[in-house]
Amino acid sequence: MKSRLSQRRGSSVPQFTNSPTMIVMVGLPARGKTYIAKKLTRYLNWIGVTTKVFNVGQYRRDATRSYNSFEFFRPDNEEAMKIRKSCANAALKDVCDYFTRGLGQIVVFDATNTTLERREVILGFAEENGYKVFFVESICDDLEIIAQNIKQVKLSSPDYKDCDKEEAVADFLKRIECYKMTYIPLDDNKDRNLSYIKIFNVGSRYLVNRVQDHIQSRIVYYLMNIHVTPRSIYLSRHGESELNLSGRIGGDSGLSPGGAKFASALGTYMRDQCISDLKVWTSHMKRTIQTAEALGVPYEQWKALNEIDAGVCEDMTYEEIQEHYPEEFALRDQDKYRYRYPKGESYEDLVQRLEPVIMELERQENVLVICHQAVMRCLLAYFLNKTAHELPYLKCPLHTVLKLTPVAYGCKVESVFLNVEAVNTHRDKPVNVDVDREPAEALETVPDHI
Amino acid sequence: MKHRSHSEQHSGKRPRVPAAAASTSTSPQDGMEDKTPSNPRELTQNPLKKIWMPCKNGLPEKHISQRKVCMTNCPTLIVTVGLPARGKTYISKKLTRYLNWIGVPTREFNVGQYRREFVKIYKSFEFFRPDNEEGLKIRRQCASAALNDVRQYLTEEGGQVAVFDATNTTRERRETIIQFAEQNGFKVFFVESVCEDPDVIQENIVQVKLSSPDYANCNTEEAVEDFLKRIKCYENSYETLDEVLDRDLSYIKIMDVGQRYMVNRVLDHIQSRIVYYLMNIHITPRSIYLCRHGESELNVNGRIGGDSGLTPRGKAFGKKLSQFLETQGISDLKVWTSQMKRTIQTAEALNVPYEQWKVLNEIDAGVCEEMMYEEIQDHYPLEFALRDQDKYRYRYPKGESYEDLVQRLEPVIMELERQENVLVVCHQAVMRCLLAYFLDKTAEELPYLKCPLHTVLKLTPVAYGCKVESISLNVESVNTHRERPENVEVSRMSKEALLTVPAHQ
Repeated sequence: MKSRLSQRRGSSVPQFTNSPTMIVMVGLPARGKTYIAKKLTRYLNWIGVTTKVFNVGQYRRDATRSYNSFEFFRPDNEEAMKIRKSCANAALKDVCDYFTRGLGQIVVFDATNTTLERREVILGFAEENGYKVFFVESICDDLEIIAQNIKQVKLSSPDYKDCDKEEAVADFLKRIECYKMTYIPLDDNKDRNLSYIKIFNVGSRYLVNRVQDHIQSRIVYYLMNIHVTPRSIYLSRHGESELNLSGRIGGDSGLSPGGAKFASALGTYMRDQCISDLKVWTSHMKRTIQTAEALGVPYEQWKALNEIDAGVCEDMTYEEIQEHYPEEFALRDQDKYRYRYPKGESYEDLVQRLEPVIMELERQENVLVICHQAVMRCLLAYFLNKTAHELPYLKCPLHTVLKLTPVAYGCKVESVFLNVEAVNTHRDKPVNVDVDREPAEALETVPDHI
Repeated sequence: MKHRSHSEQHSGKRPRVPAAAASTSTSPQDGMEDKTPSNPRELTQNPLKKIWMPCKNGLPEKHISQRKVCMTNCPTLIVTVGLPARGKTYISKKLTRYLNWIGVPTREFNVGQYRREFVKIYKSFEFFRPDNEEGLKIRRQCASAALNDVRQYLTEEGGQVAVFDATNTTRERRETIIQFAEQNGFKVFFVESVCEDPDVIQENIVQVKLSSPDYANCNTEEAVEDFLKRIKCYENSYETLDEVLDRDLSYIKIMDVGQRYMVNRVLDHIQSRIVYYLMNIHITPRSIYLCRHGESELNVNGRIGGDSGLTPRGKAFGKKLSQFLETQGISDLKVWTSQMKRTIQTAEALNVPYEQWKVLNEIDAGVCEEMMYEEIQDHYPLEFALRDQDKYRYRYPKGESYEDLVQRLEPVIMELERQENVLVVCHQAVMRCLLAYFLDKTAEELPYLKCPLHTVLKLTPVAYGCKVESISLNVESVNTHRERPENVEVSRMSKEALLTVPAHQ
């Protein structure tokens, strides 16, 4: 049975990373390195490239008992230098383990890496082990942005948990000064053989040098599309549809009366949010378009936002799927992320299909996306950094808007139920996923319907 | 009317009211601040594209975008910058081809072309001397004429992007263009190509300058010598885009044929896509081989779609393909297939590693999957006629259109640009889309491109385009190409509809 499932594997898009790649951050403190490192990692994992961040500051916190002051970072503090070097080496060793145990394709090495010497060490290490290296340098001299960074992520750092705000800011600024003394940015001339991207002032300008392969090209494209302007993304499903009511999946039915009511409530809710210049996106399916129509504003239709194609199971109830395709039904429960419906799609396929949507969401500011259950799960998994394992079981009930607002290194989620009753369409993973299970066991978790 | 609005979404700060919607009650407003909508409009499904659109009294209203994404809310003027022989025209033509293929109406305006039409006969580099008053006047006039045509294209002819291909090497000239754009509400994006490698420049001159009309009556040496002097004329007044002085402009500076890029102030989606594309193309010589899977069981029965295996003849093709590739002696050939049995079986015969792409799967014929044309005519005569009326945009019920296919294939094209030698084993509709990209075919021509079974197309980039070699591997197969019949009316007889169906079992 396992072999049957593996026949259905094979991701939609070839993996283009042959050698493991190290993405090496470069930049003074409070230049957004960790922000970029975490965001990039989240994106790469979502599109199916196993990636992990190694934050050297974390190693330093683990190695030293507690943080005293910026003096630790003085370039003439030999004791501290020793510790910092050994932390970097410990991190590199872990990078090696991560790659050789065959787990990862990409590592993001998150540290200041501001000296030639440190970068040489990393390059030597990478060469020894056959890893590619791609540098991401963040350069920023806008004092306001730096102050904003310090406020958002440094004050809450474990380093400053026993300090008051002013002390913390003063200390951190001195810390930055320590690094400034020895900072050598990537050089256009001397480093012309390295592969890197330099990001100036949060993306108003980029310098890109020697992109070596597909994944580096994708990374550059992603980094050039993200921004830090505050905004919110609203995710919602279409209003309850006729097929929802009868417990059928897929299809292209219209809204039920309850669904129409939701659409109207959605309009009220969005108006109360008082957003200037809101973009509204729907799929090409009737139910999302009908929902958007009730808002009375322009909207764009994306075919890529269409619900997952259930192939031969389109328009069926779960009971009918169990009856006609019991083996398929079981296989799906065994690996819901990778399982592809016959003549249909898998969640894995969906993610590939949705990548341009995510890219455009990154470019945009305030957006409302009216989509479908599986689609919404995929988008949500991207924003909330959920694994392939969790993704297909994320709860995305009808008539509930999720408001996502980027904050610090992650995303704040507000779940807003608009008080219009709807059927439940969420089917949990049943206990028995074996092909030889009883129908009753398979249908245990099917939600009620007409 | 300044901007075309009927099928565009102008979703910028002030959404434009579509002309016909002015009288309806749901005209778009700024954001969501104070709008109380009337009852939601009824929806009707456009029979050709199967797109749901609002309608009134059963008739579709002028609807806002069904585009996949709003590329930009105003027309864009791409302006090349650089000394002669730096690849500006190469980039302009390639970019134009790409944008048109993904559905963004784009046209290039080559000022040198205007000059040739005006001056008729090119004498020598002296025309370009910076102290040649007569020459300067003519060149300025040509630039103006070109800009005028740009304006017409972007405001009256439905163009979305215009590529203004000229040296534009002085800040003064660029300032003129920027003002022109501002007056007309166009965004400007500069593409500068900087290159000092004498080998690359020499190669450029050999590839595209020697065959230029300017040098029709010169021998190679004379032409090269004159052209090098021409370049010198521009060098002294060349002001490259500057990090500081030009920090408010939107541009990409391409250095040394793509080794390094400087990107400044990308304003919107289309600029972002353009930058991504420019950063992925290269000029290393290579060949791309396109072919279909070997003949399949369903092919033989005249059925479309499905996921059947190869016939004996199809398998024979696989073997012949393997032999053919060997004679080509290609180092490091990548082989790509779809995830359908017939392409994978074909690749298996090659005995080399291959990668499967789901997006290379054949067009989804929805409810018509596995049908013969005769059956489609029988069960869905209306659909069959609509398809003949607009084969590019027609979407099968619960299926796809060629237009959808192009969207889906864009990542394949992007990766083909990055790669070197590649063999793509795919399907009829897919191959037509890929071929249309390389050979710059229109949406009208694309669905009727001839891509017969058991024939390999070898594409080799040369000068500004692509050389095509069609190699039939001499294995018999059915013909699967159905020409557009004469009568495409919904009211036509079955016989008329089936006139062009190729023979099958």
